[in-house]
Amino acid sequence: MEQEALIPKLGVVTEIRRETPDVKTFRVVGVDGKKMFEHIPGQCAMLSIPGVGEGMFSITSSPTVEDYQEFSIKKCGCLTSWLHAMEPGQQICVRGPYGNGFPVEGEFRGKNLVFIAGGIGLAPLHSVINYCLAHRENYGHINVVYGSRSKDDLVDYQEILDSWQNAPDMDVFLTIDREQEGWDGHVGFVPNYVQEVGLDPTETAVICGPPVMIHFTLEGLKNLGFQEPQIFTTMEMRMKCGVGKCGRCNIGDKYVCKDGPVFSFDKLGELPPEY
Amino acid sequence: MAIYKLPYSDLNQLFAAIAANEKLYLPVDISEDEAAFRLWKEGDQMTKKLNTLRSAKDFFFPQVQPLAKFRRQGQTIEIMDDRTESEDFVIFGARACDVRSFDVLDRVFLEEPVDTQYQTRRQHSTVVSLACGRPGETCFCGSFGIDAAKAGGDVQAWHDGDNFYLEPLTDKGVKLIDSVSSLLTAGDQEAVDQVVEKIHTILARLPLAGLKPQDLRDKELETFNSPKWDELSSHCIGCGSCTFVCPTCQCFDIEDFKNGENVERYRCWDSCMYNEFTMMAAGTPRKTQKERFRQRFMHKLVYYPIKNDGMYSCVGCGRCLRKCPIQMNIVKVMKALEEEA
Ligand SMILES: Cc1cc2nc3c(=O)[nH]c(=O)nc-3n(C[C@H](O)[C@H](O)[C@H](O)COP(=O)(O)OP(=O)(O)OC[C@H]3O[C@@H](n4cnc5c(N)ncnc54)[C@H](O)[C@@H]3O)c2cc1C
Ligand code: SF4
Ligand code: SF4
Ligand code: FES
Repeated sequence: MEQEALIPKLGVVTEIRRETPDVKTFRVVGVDGKKMFEHIPGQCAMLSIPGVGEGMFSITSSPTVEDYQEFSIKKCGCLTSWLHAMEPGQQICVRGPYGNGFPVEGEFRGKNLVFIAGGIGLAPLHSVINYCLAHRENYGHINVVYGSRSKDDLVDYQEILDSWQNAPDMDVFLTIDREQEGWDGHVGFVPNYVQEVGLDPTETAVICGPPVMIHFTLEGLKNLGFQEPQIFTTMEMRMKCGVGKCGRCNIGDKYVCKDGPVFSFDKLGELPPEY
Repeated sequence: MAIYKLPYSDLNQLFAAIAANEKLYLPVDISEDEAAFRLWKEGDQMTKKLNTLRSAKDFFFPQVQPLAKFRRQGQTIEIMDDRTESEDFVIFGARACDVRSFDVLDRVFLEEPVDTQYQTRRQHSTVVSLACGRPGETCFCGSFGIDAAKAGGDVQAWHDGDNFYLEPLTDKGVKLIDSVSSLLTAGDQEAVDQVVEKIHTILARLPLAGLKPQDLRDKELETFNSPKWDELSSHCIGCGSCTFVCPTCQCFDIEDFKNGENVERYRCWDSCMYNEFTMMAAGTPRKTQKERFRQRFMHKLVYYPIKNDGMYSCVGCGRCLRKCPIQMNIVKVMKALEEEA
């Protein structure tokens, strides 16, 4: 029989980095030491430890990275706790990539872009931001507005300081929810900060984070004059198969695992508000 | 294509001849009220009941199906493919509704990426359908353009009390007929036409004969927001019976069974009527039974047709009408939505 999409391939976790108290980044390669597949920024993959669980995770590394894929994973249940407790060298089951990804070679080309993230919501945006930086000539100015509960909860903080803040034609605006010792940056919630940093409503925007943050950020962007077709987000629903067959991740007639997870808000608005 | 016949009294010889070459599944009585598909063995009689309790989807999408085995030792994992290639088999006596349900399921499981276990079962099956001599009061296949008198499949069959008539419709069907040709003689179209006409007369008089689904493809949001869902769903206990007996319900779960360091991953039927179906760390988007109930019927009458050129994902088999403990069903939903339009 042909290869079955639901049966995973074997990979190895070669490196584990702590990002925040409850987020770690995992580097994964095939058992041959090579990257397991090619992907588009915004796509996801199913990771599993047999007998523990299987879960969908955004690929956080850019497709331009040639040797591996990375996943930033928040500890929240059975599988994710197990992954947080394991050591490098652990083999892992992988299937994918799944989903549509961001239109980096479509609508995003030639545009000024603003990426807005809250908490672990930076994970799927990390891939697309680094992809755009790797193909700098194809995109206009890049803004990033990113916030978390505290300084310690900012994912990829070191990379943001070392690489993004010094990148040409790119501005990074960081914020944390409450005052904290050792933080002299902005304090406040992302949706409010977005209104203050001076965004141009012709930019193409991508929002990713918890549902309330997305809701208020969207309102904020609309106040600034952004239109729904130029605002994108990635959706999260319960998933099992990842290939549009098990029937559980749909919003109306769209399966988030296959037709999404990336949607523009005008397209999302045409669907039943059940998410 | 050509029509063949054999005397009704020779039917068991036909079964024996088919079963000599490949596995033959036949609907037989399992109790006074119910019939089920069973592997045919000498002496088994085909049921006279209208349809089986469980649908024929079991043949292609079984309730539980192994996917892979794993062995975990220290940091290493071994992955072992646990799928099985299907043998050739014949389903004899499937009704028109169930035959159409295979088309509905094909559009899910054979769409890329192809579901290999479904595909191998489809490829190795030959479906002999049987026209419904006495369609029942819970039947409404006609609402979805299905003709209970011409049931389709690889071979379609009729009987008129004296004779059994067979018409191959596909290459697989021709092959099956060739393999049992010594038992068959040329059949007459006229006799078949008479049976068909008789069935059409009964169909026209069925209580649900006038039921027509609306094309709701342009009304996805309106239908979703209909106030009718509150009342329709108010007594649903979320038992999932309607989804399990339904020939087109295809939702599944993937789970691991752990036995020491050995793990068996299997998939099994699941139901959108269950609360846990869409549960996430932050809660579920379908918070009450209303949302879950609405999902099942929106999928069959709106979402699936949007994706599949207007084809509905209900075949009017009536199983959910008979099995729901609160007598709620898709017919009541269709009527309520129609009232509103
Ligand atoms: C498209 C997509 C992309 C995702 N990307 C990331 C990512 O980049 N990083 C990350 O940390 N997490 C991501 N998630 C969420 C991640 O899949 C779940 O947190 C994970 O599956 C939980 O597994 P668990 O075994 O640890 O939790 P469990 O022990 O299974 O359950 C803990 C809780 O999580 C819920 N849960 C189970 N599966 C999911 C699921 N698929 N989505 C949400 N909640 C679930 C359970 O219902 C339960 O309430 C993504 C989810 C989706 C659908
Ligand atoms: S919804 Fe009911 S009538 Fe329609 S195919 Fe399913 S079980 Fe049969
Ligand atoms: S069979 Fe009836 S009560 Fe049970 S889930 Fe279906 S509609 Fe609800
Ligand atoms: S996860 Fe199975 S349909 Fe999307």
